[in-house]
Amino acid sequence: MNRFEWTDAATVHEAISQLNGRAVVKAGGVDLLDRLKEGLEAPQRLVNIRNIRGLDRIEEGKDGLRIGPLVTLARLSEDKLVLERYTALAQAAGRAATPQIRNMATAGGNLLQRPRCWYFRQEEFHCRRKGGERCFALDGENQYHAIFDNQLCAIVHPSALAVPLMAFGARVVLTGSKGAREVELERFFVTPEQDIMRENIIAPDELITEIKVPRLQPATRSFYIKQGEKESFDWPVADVCAVLQTKGNVCLKASIVLGAAAPVPWRASKAEASLAGKVINEQSAREAARLSMEGATPLAQNRYKLAVFEAIVRRAILRQASS
Amino acid sequence: MSKHDEKEKQDAGAFGHVTRRGFLKGAGLTAAGAAIMENGLLGAKDAAAAEAEPVVVGPGRVPVTLRVNGTVQKVQVEPRTTLAEALRFELGLTGTKVVCDRGSCSACTVWLDSTPVCSCMTLAVDVGARKITTIEGLAQSEELHPVQEAFIEYDAMQCGFCTPGMIMSCAALLNHKANPTLDDVKQATSGNLCRCGTYPKVFEATLAAAKATRKGGE
Repeated sequence: MNRFEWTDAATVHEAISQLNGRAVVKAGGVDLLDRLKEGLEAPQRLVNIRNIRGLDRIEEGKDGLRIGPLVTLARLSEDKLVLERYTALAQAAGRAATPQIRNMATAGGNLLQRPRCWYFRQEEFHCRRKGGERCFALDGENQYHAIFDNQLCAIVHPSALAVPLMAFGARVVLTGSKGAREVELERFFVTPEQDIMRENIIAPDELITEIKVPRLQPATRSFYIKQGEKESFDWPVADVCAVLQTKGNVCLKASIVLGAAAPVPWRASKAEASLAGKVINEQSAREAARLSMEGATPLAQNRYKLAVFEAIVRRAILRQASS
Repeated sequence: MSKHDEKEKQDAGAFGHVTRRGFLKGAGLTAAGAAIMENGLLGAKDAAAAEAEPVVVGPGRVPVTLRVNGTVQKVQVEPRTTLAEALRFELGLTGTKVVCDRGSCSACTVWLDSTPVCSCMTLAVDVGARKITTIEGLAQSEELHPVQEAFIEYDAMQCGFCTPGMIMSCAALLNHKANPTLDDVKQATSGNLCRCGTYPKVFEATLAAAKATRKGGE
């Protein structure tokens, strides 16, 4: 880890006035420290935003849920309001990483963490995402890599919270030196074709200052499932969030987002469309699960993910019929 | 003289005469600085000035006050120093183990204000006023913590390297859940890797410690 300066920002303004690419944001610090220890980055200054007041609130207003970027995953997973109304979000927060990390890691940091691809994380591999010539995963060890949109770079998006947040239609407020802007999460993340060097559109001098989850339609329920290789803490080989609005047993509207599938959280549009107006049962869930994998381009070692995804998409849909 | 040395000299110079920056630094870092402003020791004017000119320390060593196991300790560390390193190398508290150094194994678990965190992924300058409890701080004078007692009684260790972190996780669980289930224990230790595979004994010991504590409290 390189040596760096340290400053403790008291306000958002104080933080963003210092951010310039060489001075970087530190919130929970979990992913940042990992990158520094791996020598992937060598910032001159860490701007600590952890003590900025007012950025750690969970509030529900008329227009929905507002989550401060400094809310920890642990708090999100235990918050009564989130658990009751935005269940999948609490489930995703509670299944991410380890209890210790969940006590430290923040919602904002979870959305902004860099990919976990083992080639990206190793200083020795100068991959495309780091400005190099090739993606080492494409003909390398790719069992945990993307099955969609994986031609240029096969990372999977690392954020667990992004999966339910995108399914809920969340937006993020980005505050920088030129003011604040609000962006749909769907437009926040960036595909390798758009820009292979980054995963989102945040500028170096911007902070996520709020995450907004719109008010849910009546009779809307959500469920999140993460499948890892082991039951205790692990990265997902596949995860899914299904948000279903129902009338009786009929699905009015479905929002289904897959994690660990593509370089961005991946909306399963065909599966969503197939459920609209249908009775939720084994048959319709199975058909939606099959459609969620349509168009997949698995690599040499990750074809198994298709079956895993089909199983968890089906289960996430059926859980809503039974709940 | 390297650029860094120059910077350190400047930093040291700031201590020589009372400047706002020097005063804040002398008073300790981060949370302490915020507390001073909160308590009104610095007027609104100074608070506004603080916003205009952020207090920057490092990259050389800076004074940091740590509240460890009920004592107040002053150390000089670089901003990049992790809490695990400060505990082990500055304070000699080597009970806290560093294994993966990436937050993946939880061997370095300590409590910050009773919340278990990875000390390897926490910077010492970032601890602020939070109280640190390490494995050395669990015992009350000569009396071991009930979880420590149970680990001995139930033989819940093999090589022992994961044990301090494992005990900090289990003891934290008992602090907020007097009557945990087996699943609670599994969940609390889900981040603690034990490559000897002593988990069943750890679970047994923790449930026994909970039982013993409940009995003792009756």
